[in-house]
Amino acid sequence: MTETRTVSVWQDRVKMRVHVQGAGPALLFLHGPWGLTWGPFLDALARQFTVYAPEHPGTSPGDPDAIQAVDSLWDLVLCYDELLEALGLDALAVVGHSFGAMMACEVAALRSSRIRRLALLDPIGLWRDDAPVINWMLLSPAEMAAHVFAAPDGAAARAMFAVPEDPEEGALARTRLTWAMGATGKFIWPIPDKGLKKRIYRVGAPALLVWGEADRLVPRAYAKEFAGRLRDARIEVVAGAGHAPHLEQPEATARVVAAFLKT
Amino acid sequence: MKISAFHLMPHRELPPDFERRYPSVWVTPPWGELADARRVGQYYNWTLDELLFAARAGFDGVCTNEHHQNAYGFMPSPNLMGSVLAKQTNGLDVAIVQMGMTLPTTSPPVRVAEEYGMIDCISGGRLVAGLPLGSPMDVNLAYGITPMEHRERYREAFDLVLKAWQAKEIFAWNGKYFQLGQVNLWPRPVQEPHPPVWVPGSGSISTFDFATEHNVCYCFLSYAGARAASTMMDGYWDVVDKKGLERNPYRAGFLQLVAVSETDAQAEADYAKHVEYFYHKCLHVPAQWFAPPGNQDYRSLLAANRNPVRRAEDPKTLRYKDFVNKGYVIAGSPATVRERLVEEVIKRLHVGNLMLLIQIGSMPHELTLKNTELLAREVLPGLREIWDDKGWENHWWPKSLRGARQAVPAAR
Repeated sequence: MTETRTVSVWQDRVKMRVHVQGAGPALLFLHGPWGLTWGPFLDALARQFTVYAPEHPGTSPGDPDAIQAVDSLWDLVLCYDELLEALGLDALAVVGHSFGAMMACEVAALRSSRIRRLALLDPIGLWRDDAPVINWMLLSPAEMAAHVFAAPDGAAARAMFAVPEDPEEGALARTRLTWAMGATGKFIWPIPDKGLKKRIYRVGAPALLVWGEADRLVPRAYAKEFAGRLRDARIEVVAGAGHAPHLEQPEATARVVAAFLKT
Repeated sequence: MKISAFHLMPHRELPPDFERRYPSVWVTPPWGELADARRVGQYYNWTLDELLFAARAGFDGVCTNEHHQNAYGFMPSPNLMGSVLAKQTNGLDVAIVQMGMTLPTTSPPVRVAEEYGMIDCISGGRLVAGLPLGSPMDVNLAYGITPMEHRERYREAFDLVLKAWQAKEIFAWNGKYFQLGQVNLWPRPVQEPHPPVWVPGSGSISTFDFATEHNVCYCFLSYAGARAASTMMDGYWDVVDKKGLERNPYRAGFLQLVAVSETDAQAEADYAKHVEYFYHKCLHVPAQWFAPPGNQDYRSLLAANRNPVRRAEDPKTLRYKDFVNKGYVIAGSPATVRERLVEEVIKRLHVGNLMLLIQIGSMPHELTLKNTELLAREVLPGLREIWDDKGWENHWWPKSLRGARQAVPAAR
């Protein structure tokens, strides 16, 4: 069973809701631009780790305006730093997806000593003119599905864009998805290069870069770009997955991530 | 009534299959394939000539606005146009209505206060200062402003501009988005305490609140006509009532597309293809670009998702007759246009500051002059005095121009 904890940070201006499940060494999961989905991937990790999955400020139900208290990337990094402090997490394994992987790098660059191992799923945070990252916030829902998923009509894509039949639930679901993109997009618009390239050298933990074979949002060139800038990194490619391998291939992705984090 | 001539300065010669060949008229249309700088120079000159013609023909004001990276209307700097218009209309009772310089993309925003100060000085106090939020395509996509910061940045810039015009002493501005150690505006506008302020909007409730709280003229810029706008404008007047403000029609502006010819049939012959060009090509933009994530606050977003407005009509499925019947465009003989403007727009929406789009889409220069001349000669005289018997003062118009416009014979 997932337990939900609320941790107050940033002088009480942000209440971070954290989902906790499992047993074993501590693992922090930072979700991407579309909000937190607790599914088979986190279930699998929770069989071997105690998974802590916070919701990005503004994406917790009933508290959309929390994001207004976080003005800059620096503010956001400090919120996470306070969260780790409050949870008493050390020697931590961190898994981040997309925007969450960028945040994982930022937190690790600030507080390298807390982080034991780092698994980055299709991270953003760097920029190459010859391989621009697609701005998913400008895509129509159909284009977004085609860019985020290897199988745009597959179960994972349908789950992300699913709109419940109940009109109120449907309106809330659509709003939640858009607002999650807005609240994360606040820190990367219009180009997701906010200085990580200067700070990433500070990340000491060994890192695994996991790339969906068919990531049409963040080109594979970035796997090498990250690997080249991290002190100790290797790359794993997941077949049958796009920009969200943990949603499209949860078992396979959990397997490579867990194997790496346990060592 | 005060009636101004509005111009977008569109590309007038897009290829017939433009909307099928290209994904958008805004942000991404390739200049090299679609435009030629010398020809575009001709468009700018036509635009200036058409607005000056309107000024001389008897319009009360001339309007320009700011947009970027597009073929729909490309005056990236409305003030370059406005300064020419200011100079060339000296001696005429014509307001220079800048609708205007976009606040969130001008950094630092005192630049808006300065340039408007220049236009007010050049024109001898005839400026109307439009202070727009800017479209997401301009502000978020073309100019890189974070959608979630767009409105907050606007509000800070608005406060800074108003203070820069009025402060007697040098002041420091320690804002969230802008920091200036010593603000000391040169030049100051002629009009005191500051030029009249218009805020254009597209019907969002937060802008109604903003407009009434700041006592500015709210201008509804819509291309779907007065009938579609009536619910929105009723909402605005409700806010005015609730705040205990007077229902002065000059607190509201409205933009209407108009096309006049000798008869209704001749209007169709003259304008049908230009109207269709405008709605089919000039508004060809992916729907999601109008609201990138974060641009609407959570409550507005949720409200929009709860009431998906009966899916807005796709104008690409409509033809000239539909646009006219639905009131998107008011077109026809002078009598037809006059009557519809009076009943559907001015009285129904309770509007004192009317803007008429005199040039629509591909409308060529000569036809634009014809439209403008017929409007000035045959239509405007029937509108001018509409609110006069009620004794309303147009606080949102340059003080020196609030009286009746002296008649000037149209000269071509």
